[in-house]
Amino acid sequence: MDFQSCVNIKKEWDIVGARQLGRDISRKVGFGTVDQARIATAISELARNIYLYAGTGKVCFEVLEEIDHKGIAIIAMDNGPGIREISQVMEDGFSTSGGLGAGLPGVKRLMDEFDIQSEEGKGTEIRVVKWLR
Amino acid sequence: MSTLKLDLENYKELLQEYIRTKDEQALYQAEQFSKQSMQHKISPDEIINVHIQSLEEIYPEMPEYIQSSMNFLLETMISYGLAYQEHQSLREKQLELKSEISVAANMQKTLLSTVKPELEEVEIGALSVPAKQMNGDYHHFVYDGKGNLGIAIADVIGKGVPAALCMSMIKYSMDSFPEMRMDPDVILGSLNRVVERNVDSSMFVTMFYGLYNFEDHTFSYSSAGHEPCFYYRQDQDEFEEIDAPGLILGVSSESTYVRYEKKVEKGDLVILLTDGVTECRQGERFIEQEEVLKVIKSFAHLPAQEIVENVYRYFERLQDFQLRDDFTLIVLRRNV
Repeated sequence: MDFQSCVNIKKEWDIVGARQLGRDISRKVGFGTVDQARIATAISELARNIYLYAGTGKVCFEVLEEIDHKGIAIIAMDNGPGIREISQVMEDGFSTSGGLGAGLPGVKRLMDEFDIQSEEGKGTEIRVVKWLR
Repeated sequence: MSTLKLDLENYKELLQEYIRTKDEQALYQAEQFSKQSMQHKISPDEIINVHIQSLEEIYPEMPEYIQSSMNFLLETMISYGLAYQEHQSLREKQLELKSEISVAANMQKTLLSTVKPELEEVEIGALSVPAKQMNGDYHHFVYDGKGNLGIAIADVIGKGVPAALCMSMIKYSMDSFPEMRMDPDVILGSLNRVVERNVDSSMFVTMFYGLYNFEDHTFSYSSAGHEPCFYYRQDQDEFEEIDAPGLILGVSSESTYVRYEKKVEKGDLVILLTDGVTECRQGERFIEQEEVLKVIKSFAHLPAQEIVENVYRYFERLQDFQLRDDFTLIVLRRNV
């Protein structure tokens, strides 16, 4: 885990930048087209959450290299309002009922590992991992 | 999320077959393929992925712009894939809920069960059928310390689970009342305080409570905003409304109830019901009260239990076998 790079999220355009960087890294790691598309969708979702609810934050990428497998970790961080009821936003149908996107349950489905920490008034950090099969 | 490796060969062959023959049979097999995929919860984006991979293998020389356009399509389908998976998981949750409710409904049946008395002096017929799984109607038979028979019939305004929960509470409060004081007005007064204190203000309960005295064959009763009940005079073949003023339970802790008395003659019927009986609907039309009474009258010569069952069957059929509200009907007939 020696390689980390970040994209600051301030405006909607930055979401595209985060997707682009995430896709480039996934390709280098060796992910196929469909997994690249999934990773990009997850990045979009995380970056959009920052843009919409926290205003600013950043999305960082790590290449994971272990003895037997490789992968990519995406970390989304913000100092926004935080999430009071995490179990609620992780519930299917909660954020997606208006058809606005995949929501965090969608991100969880797109990736292999999902971890979230959030404190009200302080911010949110979400770390997701996808492993190369 | 694993890709559909297993069926890639299969899909590729089908696709090749179709491109070669433009045959309906290949299209039929494609339909079968998609049904099978759905059984395995394969989402649409995975099918697109298999399609792209198949194309690459069949046409290694595929132009670059086609390749790009396929990737573009794949990208747009990822969110649909997620929506599909969410739909699957919500469906599973719905099934879970359904089975939980049916367990609860069974439990409710046991909790609220009441034994219909079999007596010589008075013959009783009773039937209660919920519109949905859980019943928001309630009826109860109980003897007081002096051997009189108390009969409660109630309806929670509202249906389904909340109504059923509320009913369970009413049943337990009634069980806890002392046996010596079963006068209808007193019972309704106590229940009113229970409901007012314990139930959400948006939920109301109507109840008719009657007490049959076997010594002088009087039926004393009070009502808390319940549907009027009926008295049928056999000798004149006519109905009388039996009703008493009184506020719905739970509206005000100050409510008091009035007790009336009715002498019951031999062969006559006392009919207690909920609005599921009087508000039956045929299509968009509410049936009139006269029609309900006409139907009851047409079965009035039968034993009490057969009356309630026949009336139910009549209205069930009238409403195309889909009850819109819980249906409860009790008939008493003085035999001696």
